[in-house]
Amino acid sequence: MAQLSYLSPSSVDEAVKALSGTSARALSGGTDLLVQVRSGRAKPDQIVDLKRIPGLIGIRAENGGFVIGSATCGAMLSEHPTLSKIWPGVVEAANLIGSTQVQGRASLAGNLCNASPAADSVPALIAARATCVIAGPAGTREAAVETIVTGPGKTSLTAGEFIIAFKLPPRGPKASDAYLRMIPRTEMDIAVAGAGVSLALDADGVCLSAHVALGAVAPTALLVADAGQALIGTRLEEVALTRMAEAVRAACQPISDKRGTADYRTKIAAVLAHRAAVIAWNRAKEQA
Amino acid sequence: MNKPVKPEETGTILKVVGTRPIRPDGVEKVTGRAAYGADLHLPGMLIGKVKRSPHAHARIISIDTRKALALPGVKAVMTSADMPDLAAEHYEAGESASNLKDLSANVMARGKVLYHGHAVAAVAATSNAIADQALDLIEIVYETLPHVIDVEEAMAEGAPILHEQMVTAGLGETPTKASNIATKHRLDRGDLAAGFASADVIVETRYSSAAVHQGYIEPHACVASYAADGQTQVWSSSQGHFVIRGLCAKLLKLRFSDVRVIPAEIGGGFGGKTTVYLEPLALVLSQKSGHPVKMVMTREEVFRATGPTSASVVTVKMGAKLDGTITAAQVDLKFQAGAFAGSPVGAAVMTSLACYDVANFEITGWDVVTNSPKVAAYRAPGAPNAALGVECAVDELAEKLGIDPVAMREKNAVRNGVRAPYGPVYKNIGYVETLEAIKSHPHMAIPLGPNQGRGIAAGFWFNIGGESTVNVSINEDGTAIVSTGSPDIGGSRASMAMMAAEVLGIGVEQVRPIVADTASIGFSTVTGGSRTTFATGMAVVQAAEKLVIDLKRRAAETWGVEIDQVVWQEGAAHCLQAEKAPKGALTLAALAGSAGKTGGPIATVVALNAQGAGPGFGVHVCDVEVDPETGHVTVLRYTAAQDVGKAIHPAYVEGQIQGGVAQGIGWALNEEYVFSTGGIMENAGFLDYRVPVASDLPMIDAIMVEVPNPAHPYGAKGVGEVPIVPPLAALAIAVRHATGVRMHDLPLSPSKIRAAIDANAL
Ligand SMILES: Cc1cc2nc3c(=O)[nH]c(=O)nc-3n(C[C@H](O)[C@H](O)[C@H](O)COP(=O)(O)OP(=O)(O)OC[C@H]3O[C@@H](n4cnc5c(N)ncnc54)[C@H](O)[C@@H]3O)c2cc1C
Repeated sequence: MAQLSYLSPSSVDEAVKALSGTSARALSGGTDLLVQVRSGRAKPDQIVDLKRIPGLIGIRAENGGFVIGSATCGAMLSEHPTLSKIWPGVVEAANLIGSTQVQGRASLAGNLCNASPAADSVPALIAARATCVIAGPAGTREAAVETIVTGPGKTSLTAGEFIIAFKLPPRGPKASDAYLRMIPRTEMDIAVAGAGVSLALDADGVCLSAHVALGAVAPTALLVADAGQALIGTRLEEVALTRMAEAVRAACQPISDKRGTADYRTKIAAVLAHRAAVIAWNRAKEQA
Repeated sequence: MNKPVKPEETGTILKVVGTRPIRPDGVEKVTGRAAYGADLHLPGMLIGKVKRSPHAHARIISIDTRKALALPGVKAVMTSADMPDLAAEHYEAGESASNLKDLSANVMARGKVLYHGHAVAAVAATSNAIADQALDLIEIVYETLPHVIDVEEAMAEGAPILHEQMVTAGLGETPTKASNIATKHRLDRGDLAAGFASADVIVETRYSSAAVHQGYIEPHACVASYAADGQTQVWSSSQGHFVIRGLCAKLLKLRFSDVRVIPAEIGGGFGGKTTVYLEPLALVLSQKSGHPVKMVMTREEVFRATGPTSASVVTVKMGAKLDGTITAAQVDLKFQAGAFAGSPVGAAVMTSLACYDVANFEITGWDVVTNSPKVAAYRAPGAPNAALGVECAVDELAEKLGIDPVAMREKNAVRNGVRAPYGPVYKNIGYVETLEAIKSHPHMAIPLGPNQGRGIAAGFWFNIGGESTVNVSINEDGTAIVSTGSPDIGGSRASMAMMAAEVLGIGVEQVRPIVADTASIGFSTVTGGSRTTFATGMAVVQAAEKLVIDLKRRAAETWGVEIDQVVWQEGAAHCLQAEKAPKGALTLAALAGSAGKTGGPIATVVALNAQGAGPGFGVHVCDVEVDPETGHVTVLRYTAAQDVGKAIHPAYVEGQIQGGVAQGIGWALNEEYVFSTGGIMENAGFLDYRVPVASDLPMIDAIMVEVPNPAHPYGAKGVGEVPIVPPLAALAIAVRHATGVRMHDLPLSPSKIRAAIDANAL
């Protein structure tokens, strides 16, 4: 019978070494991994719990932005005094994951590295232009969030590599973000489509920068450059939103499955992006 | 919560019945102490697991279990070869009859597998992991066969045939060709053609619903112990341990006296736990291994191999005069039975028009086998599917005629003295009163906004009585024990204790209700058919009344008076001749304390077959808002009125109504078995099989209308099934009024609604 060992290193180096093993898996909250081990979908020989490594849990302000430890749970994100004021879209996306119980465990790194196309926090992080700090045998490196997932269940992380933190960039005034997803129920469900929008406005409410990212409409979350571009220089007038929605629909390459048809997912992605953009714009205008 | 509506006063002053005491099983359940099916552990116990079919339809060419048996830690392996090959025989099991030959082949496939997940073999091993490994070592060679799951496809010419021997019954002649149609049911009255000829408006419509699972939280679980002397014990979670005993004994050819079934606490059944899946296998494995064997299903197994209820297609043609009088109705019901005959289409036929006084009708039902799990009873089996078609047709008619939907139903409502479509003449029914309760409810006056719609639908269920045994005994301190053979799945222990307390004149906390095992009390059929409060409750009352007579006799003897000189009041015997009883009344505690001197222990048993269960009617109104861009439905408010006869414990009656509505909302909006082209259920888990979560539901307002049932001592009628009958139609109608589009295929999932809205806009 296969043996499963559990390791709980207290340093990055130890963790890198442990994760270099053939079928070792990193564990943050375990809300994906343990479910998969139990069902037999994942069969690691070693589980490496990252939570005891200093800095992996916690949020700190740095250079005008935020550094979020990769294993920080959803509940800590919402409890932080300023994070949700500045990045409400990222926090609301992370907080959509599961239930109160799941929120006490589920992390951004786990949500990203589980590599589900429907992961909720990922489009919000991409729209926010977040980056990951990755530790590995060759030292640490930094990479944009959208470069991590390469396909369903697949990441670009190499043996021994794991994410130690997410960085959210500095934010000027009049900037905000939003994330919306469509699920058939009202909670405890998986996104049929999701859309994250992050905007920065000038004093008159004109978009200086705009980023639109989608979930569950392609093998990975998508950053839709054309959709963001459609909003720049506008006050989100109907024409601009319509152009953005067109760009969103054009970017979608969803599958039809038990969770929704390709046609439905494409339509909904545009609806959600439109609504999220309006929410982000209204939030940005209220920012000092 | 609303106050109960009381059309009639019963006249009796009740002290306990009608109050809301805390349930006696509550603390154990909320503190996690209650022992459910999977909680028992016996010395030397093994873990049993089932090997299941990877195909939807295949012939079993060979099964080789040698490698599995050779694995260290494996103590037994079984297949259908280890079970008696039974002849077709019907066995009455409460609400649903079972054909023992079919049941045997369902719990362990014989010759063919008929659905993906069908049990083919089982192992018992010393650990979970070893049992899993052993399953992988069982080698089975299959010859795959084409499969069919859709009910209409299964009925079509040229469909793959599941049972080569099956020919359609009920055609009037015996066909020679095998068919997937097991039975044609028919009910008719009057002159259909004349009825339609006299109609001013006719609607013809078709509604379908997908297979849905009962969705009980506790997966099936049992422990079986087969002793060397042939005596067996089974601990299992079920809606009726006597039925589990009967089915195990019949399937394995055991003496009933050698099978003792001990009821575990049950975590939901909704009809789905009135039959066996694991128990006979655990017994065989226990016999072969010489150890007790525990078997617990995973959620995935529950979805793939138990439950569900039928997918169905219902077509309705209905005609009415301009004043709303329905002149004729033609209803055709096609029901998926799963792998073996026995869908609830018979009940669907009988209930479909049960709310309507229609002179001319013809109702046809088709029981059709398909390559999907054999359906099991689910709350008012068959009635919700039928009501979906009929209630939506009535709504379409009312709309065409410009008649208010409640008025339309009042106009055609069955009343006392009307002969029900299924035969008997209605007596003491409360349908009109229930319609009235909805009509006058404030909900009906709330204005609707844009994208909002209101749906109104009615529903009917027979409710049954049936066999129950009850033991009531008085303890030495004057407290009481009420033992029944009826598993408590909806608060029945509380209701039984309350009825006993009422008769004995003591507080409900003085009465301890328990569910006794099959060797400790006489036969009692399942907790199903909404029968327990009515039938077992009737036995409780009769037993308590017998005890009161006995107690009065004992008091009369003590005082040296005739028994008619003794009255029983407030839990004590009082002597009408005060001088004979200088110390005053004799309390229950005093009589219990001196029982040894007045004839010995105070105890009695009542065994009965309760007759006169009053049928139940419900009328529901629901408001929804549909997001036209996403197709998402929000249920804004829901009011359910129901004739409950008399609410013994009103909180649990409301709970039954709310629970039925919640399940009905799930059935209407999101629940469905999704099959791959290979016939494999693709959503065998609660993530993608979407039962409503709490945040999906509004407060469900339960209105209890009390039109007493004179056959029950306190007027009770069954309440547990009616509330799941109207919601499918109520939701479909509300969505139609919110979107302007009539959708005909449940579930009304967001993607379907958006597609329908888009199609309508073209
Ligand atoms: C009941 C329930 C509801 C859920 N609802 C949602 C939902 O609504 N939306 C949603 O998106 N998800 C949902 N999920 C999935 C899951 O909770 C999330 O994906 C969660 O964010 C995973 O985080 P975790 O810390 O628990 O990950 P883990 O289970 O610990 O890890 C997940 C994967 O990431 C890898 N990993 C973990 N940490 C790191 C790291 N630092 N570096 C590299 N790889 C790492 C693991 O090896 C594993 O492959 C739900 C899960 C459950 C059980």
